[in-house]
Parts: sequence; structure tokens; C-alpha cells
Amino acid sequence: MRATFANTLTEIARADRRVLLLTADLGYMALEPFSDALPDQFVNVGVAEQNMVGIATGLAEGGFLPFLYSIAPFAALRPYEFLRNGPILHRLPVRIVGVGAGFEYGTAGPSHHGIDDAAALRPHPGLLIVTPAEPGQLRSALLATWDHDGPVYYRIGKDERITVPGLNGRFRTGRAEIVREGRDLALVAMGALAAEACGAADLLAAQGLSATVAIVSTFNPSPVEDLAALARSHSLLVSVEAQYVNGALGSLVAETIAEAGAGTRLVRIGVRRPPQARSGSQTFYHALHGLGRDAIAARVLALMTGERI
Amino acid sequence: MSTADSRLAVTGRRVREHVLRESRRANVGHIGSALSIADIVAALYGGILRIEAPDDPERDRFVLSKGHAALALYAALALRGWLSEDQLATYCGDDSLLGVHPEADLPGVDFSTGSLGHGLAMAAGSALAARKSGSSRRVFVLVSDAELNEGSTWEAAMFAAQHGLSNLYVFVDSNGQQALGFTRDIIAIENAAERFGAFGWDARELDGHDVPAIRAAVEDAVGDPRPHVFVARTVFGRGVSFMTSRIKWHYWPMSADEFDQAMNEIAAT
Repeated sequence: MRATFANTLTEIARADRRVLLLTADLGYMALEPFSDALPDQFVNVGVAEQNMVGIATGLAEGGFLPFLYSIAPFAALRPYEFLRNGPILHRLPVRIVGVGAGFEYGTAGPSHHGIDDAAALRPHPGLLIVTPAEPGQLRSALLATWDHDGPVYYRIGKDERITVPGLNGRFRTGRAEIVREGRDLALVAMGALAAEACGAADLLAAQGLSATVAIVSTFNPSPVEDLAALARSHSLLVSVEAQYVNGALGSLVAETIAEAGAGTRLVRIGVRRPPQARSGSQTFYHALHGLGRDAIAARVLALMTGERI
Repeated sequence: MSTADSRLAVTGRRVREHVLRESRRANVGHIGSALSIADIVAALYGGILRIEAPDDPERDRFVLSKGHAALALYAALALRGWLSEDQLATYCGDDSLLGVHPEADLPGVDFSTGSLGHGLAMAAGSALAARKSGSSRRVFVLVSDAELNEGSTWEAAMFAAQHGLSNLYVFVDSNGQQALGFTRDIIAIENAAERFGAFGWDARELDGHDVPAIRAAVEDAVGDPRPHVFVARTVFGRGVSFMTSRIKWHYWPMSADEFDQAMNEIAAT
């Protein structure tokens, strides 16, 4: 998604010179399409993420639309309080771009994993959060929200090849995208794990279970109506995210079910354990936390057939 | 009132009187910090800042990074006629835009502050915005000496020097005190000008209670290609004898008797 981000933002920034791209010294072999084409709209602020957010707050007050790029935890969490008291408090159009959603920086270890960024930022109602599931959806989301009236956090992946069957790049702020209709349960997925959820739906279909798959790509506004409708029409919802289960998608679905009085069973698939020292690839981490399509399908099957999960 | 006339109304003494009156009315502290910056604020709003109206996009910006001294800023805005006496009297009341720390929703306040170490980064961004827009507007910042404890202040200082933000003017309110004690006993930073100089700034020291000297220093700095810092020697609680250099007046509100004594002392200056 990084190339899609850089290319799409370059298009936008060519047409609107208020758009700036700031990086805290990250984005090698990723941001060059922008920095080469529009050097006057590009600033490497150095390794200083909270300063980057402060600088962007001042730039936005002066009429600019700064996009800030770093790896998810450095973009979202190091400057958390500068985001809170800066663009969020001032309602200024600063855009934070956190790359490496979930375990994409697998071998880099826990310091680089984006498993708490959306959860940490979701409590702020004035911050639009965008979590695209595939490059095509990121492009649509950028085109739809780049001039949003207020701050935005984009949680993006690195993988340029990933596609979610049936999504076709669709994105609507505050809406869930249904990519597959089923009767027995609904899988509700965030980010690139949406592809795993679709894979799990295929595996379940082979076992005679029919699953709806819904993609959630925005918070604040969150697709509450869409999720409540899914809760009313299905007896089981399963949230799937490469994120701690408390705070982001799993919490949103749980809150929505409770507030709608739907009484639907919910299984939250995500990260439940504290960080561990042994590292490995993204696939390793997905297996460790039960986030791959096989694990998702196995979990649902065990539940639907009455086994203890 | 013309802009020139309203500037003349902003004096350190009048700022102090407002600070004492509203602190007493609201029964709120942070008095010593506000008195410490009264003359710097008077120099800024009484002459240095080019502001025709608080909503003019081309106005100079001011960031009160030591937001807890906001009452001195409100006093200056009132003296300039941008804030009514009635509005000023809402200080720390319910549903007021005038809290202990300044909020940008109040006309005349450019940036919300209150969290120390935040202001200089926003100000550097504001200065960069002015330059990228081809604007001649300038950005002034007032930080406390204890705020130099914050690492983020130095991140912004490095950025400003790297980008040659000569439209950025920073005052350090060097009163030598912080919430729980004297800076020399907590994190000593008595050579602040030297440190900024080492970071590539145009760094000067001055008397933070000498308004003509403050104005002259800013004029003298024009033309230097570096960002500017004025380490201003100030006295905490300046103008009120029983508050001078006393830690308790960082937070403490005044009794009625203390208020009367303080007002009398200010009137005698």
C-alpha cells in the first residue's frame, strides 16, 4: 500500500499545493515518487515524531494540509499527546499516516508492530481513522478524505499485492463494505486481515457454513448502523483484526451489539497476549495469535459445532 | 480606539492589575508566573506584534507556550480592546472561553497550550507555514525556563535552526522557578542562551522587565538569518513583594488582604 499511498498523494498534491508530506526520516524506497516530483512540498523533519506533529499543527493553522509519515507506533503513539492537544484539540487538518499495520514489520519486533494504534486513537471522536484493507481501497479512501475537515489517521500496510475479493476498492466514510453475503455468521474484518477473513469464509463454505464478510475501514464515524444490522440478521459475529482485541474493531462490534440490544454472540479474534521476545515473520505472528484463515475458520467451526473455544 | 492608541494602553502595570483582579475574583493561582511575564507581554502587545485584528490571517502569531500564565495574555487582549471587561470577568467561570490555560477558540489566542513543551513545535510549524506562503508574518513564542526540561522543546529548536526560521522569535521567561522549587535545584539551565547558541540560534540575554530593551532587542535581531531567542531575566511575582521568588505563589490564590496589599504595591510602581 505504500506505493499506492505515495503515488495517489503525489497526484493530489500536484493539484493542490497546500498538501505537504512530512516524514520522520522513514520511507526509503517508498516516498520517492512524491519527494522527487514535489520537493518543495516534502519535508524530512528528522527522527522526531512529536516535533513532526507539532510542526504540522502550525502548518495546518497556516492553511496547509500536512500528511505525516512514519511506522505506525512511531506515528500514532510516540506523539500521542501532541496529537491530542494539537490537531485534535485545534480541529486542524493534519493527516497522520502509520505504515506497517498489524505485524507487517514482523521480524523488526514488538517495537515496530502496529497492534495498538487504532485502539489507542479510537476514543477521540474528533479524529477520523481510516484502515484500508487493500491498495485499491486506500486509493479510494485518500481521494475521498484527503481534504477532510479535521484530523485523520490512516493506518496502512506495506503489501502492494493484497486484494480482498469483492471489495474492488470501495470505500465510504462511516460505512462497512459487505463483500460476501451469508446466513450462518458474519465475519467483520479490519485492514489487510480482511483477505484472511475472506479465505476463512471459503474454508467455511466447504464445510457447509455460509458466512457474510464485512470490511470496516473507518472509525469516527464508525459504521454503527451497518454493524447493528449485521447483528440483527446473524446469530454470530466474529471480529478479525491484527490489533489488541480491546479498543478497536472488536470493541466497536461489542459496543454496537450491546447498545443495539441485539444479544448476538460475538467472538473477537485479535491479539490477546502481551508482547513476547521471540520474533519472526508476519505469518509467524499470525499463527501465534490465530489470525490466519485456517485458524479463523477452525475457531468458527469449533464454535458452530459446539466445541469449546 | 486606533491600533496605535490601543497599543499604548498595554503596560506592564495594567497587565499586573488585571492579573491580580481576575485571580482574586476567580480565586485561582498561577499569579507569580503571570506577573513574571507581564512586561514581556506588554512589550509584545504594546508594540512588537503586528496585529491589526485577531482574525487577520496576516497577523503576527503569538504562542504562549507556558499556558499557565494565560491571565497575562487575557489582560493584554483586554487592554487592546479585543476582549471586553465582561468577557475577562468570566475567567475560570463555567462555560467561559477563558480558562487557566488559553484555548484557540478565544479570538486573539492563536494556539491552545497548557501542556509544557508543546508550543515551540507548533510555533516552528507556524513560522514554516508563513515562509512557505511567502508571508512576512512572524511568530513569537514565550516559553518558561522550566519548560526547557522538555525534550520536545529541543527537537523544535533543532528543526528551527536547520530550516533557518528567522521569522521565529522566542522569549524564555527565566525566572528561575518551577512548580515545586527553584530550577537550579531541579534541572539547572542557567546557561540557556549558550545552549540555544550551540543549537544554531541567534541567542541574546536581556532584562525581561525592561520593555524598551525588549523592543530594541527584537529590532536588533531583524536581519539575522537564524531563529532568535531572548533569554529574559525575570523575577517571579514581580511587583508584589510577598510573592517575589516565593514558590508558594506558583499555585496559591490570594486572600482579600493579600489582594489589597498587592494592588497597592502595583499602584505604587
